[in-house]
Order: sequence, then C-alpha cells, then structure tokens
Amino acid sequence: MREALNLERRKALKAGAGFGLLSALLSVGLISPQQARAAVNKGAFDAKTLDETYKALGVSAPAVSDQVVINASDIAENGAVVPIGIKSNLPNTQMVALLVERNPNPLSASYNLTEAAVPEVTMRVKMGQTSNVIALVKADGKFYTATKEIKITLGGCGG
Amino acid sequence: MGSPMKIRASLSGETADVKVLMRHDMETGQRKDASGAVIPAWYIQEVTVALNGKAVVTAEWGAAVSKDPYLALKVKGAKSGDAVSVTWVDNKGDTRTDETKIA
Repeated sequence: MREALNLERRKALKAGAGFGLLSALLSVGLISPQQARAAVNKGAFDAKTLDETYKALGVSAPAVSDQVVINASDIAENGAVVPIGIKSNLPNTQMVALLVERNPNPLSASYNLTEAAVPEVTMRVKMGQTSNVIALVKADGKFYTATKEIKITLGGCGG
Repeated sequence: MGSPMKIRASLSGETADVKVLMRHDMETGQRKDASGAVIPAWYIQEVTVALNGKAVVTAEWGAAVSKDPYLALKVKGAKSGDAVSVTWVDNKGDTRTDETKIA
C-alpha cells in the first residue's frame, strides 16, 4: 500500500515539474495571475478614462491618421458582440490596440505585431453603450489613431 | 484546460489567413447574478499566435473582448503545411494551446 502511494507521489511530482517555474509559483499563490501579465501594459487595462489609458501606455498626443482604418458597421444591434477590424497602412507597424471610450475600462485589446504579421486584426468586443471606438497604432515608434462612432441598440454589459 | 479552439488557416499567395474561435466565458467582473452577488472576472489575458513555433502576434486582452472570442489575422511568409498554433492564458492562470496545419 505504502509503495503504491509513493509511486503515485512520484508521478505527481514528475507531472508537476513539467509545468515549469511560472505555474509552480502560480499554484503556490506567490504571484497572482494579474502580476503574471506582461508588464508592458500593466495598469493600462485598469485605466478608467481615455487619458489614463494613454498615460499608462506611454502615449502622448497621438496623431490622427487616415492610414489607420477601422472596419466596423455604424450600428451594432447587440452590444455584447460588436465585430471590429483594425487595419494599418503605415509602414513598420509594431502595435495595434482597440479602445472603447465609454466602456468601464477603455482598453479592450492590444496586439504586438512582429514583422511576419500583416497589420490587420479583426475581433469582437463588448460595448456597454453607444461610443467612439479608437484604433491606436504604433508605427516606427510613433502613435497614430483613428476614431469611429458605433451606435449600440442593445447594451452588452447588462447580461 | 479549457475547451478546444477552432483554428482555420488558409493560404492566399504567401499570406496565411488565420481565423480562431476560442471558447471562454469572458466574464467582465461587472455582472451580477440573480442574488445580486458580483460574478468574478474571468477572461483571457494573453493570446499568442505562432507560425512553426515562432511567435508572430502576441496580444493582451481586457475583459471587454466578447464571450467565445473570435480573432482573425494574417501571417506573412507562410506556406502550405506550416503549423499555426494559438495559445491563450486567462486571469486564473488557465491556459490552452491548439495547432493546425495550413491547408
């Protein structure tokens, strides 16, 4: 009986070791998942206004550019699922982010792009109410934006 | 572990069209249940899309991404038979990876 238990224990240890240090620390509770998030945008996702978000991202006075295109319909029937596409025609685009101005936390998603990626992403987000959505693009070290208003006929956060 | 993702990767020229449908509740932490208690936030925080094991796009998500997230993007320099893998990590530390070959 005892030997069998030991064997089980050995297996468990073996399996545990494979997950590596990060998950080990996570499971012990030494670092919370929040802390495990990439440090780059830490805080930006918790920001409650557009200005706070820009500050947390290290963005100051981004330029409006017609090379940044938001691909979405003007009116979304269901705020829980709003399809939005962002495309950048700027050379050397490094990052694309989507902000919804009147959501509780404006920053919805940010994408770091390597050279192998085409600067064009499509996703679906929740919107609580009619709001401006902002595409924030970092290209060649500079920030550019494009804005589009999307009208919501049914809110996405009421459940 | 999470439920399996659906990944579709189709080639047009040298660019692969990658479409991913993940399964996740994506709770915002803003909703309340019938008794008025707040449903805790539970959402995907990080997504990595890799071509043949090399990361092409790394995304950070907030809770505003819709339930059962859909993501479409394009990868340059791909050819038929290449492996496209998608990995997500949620705020509870749960993670899942799925892979597909470009048709």
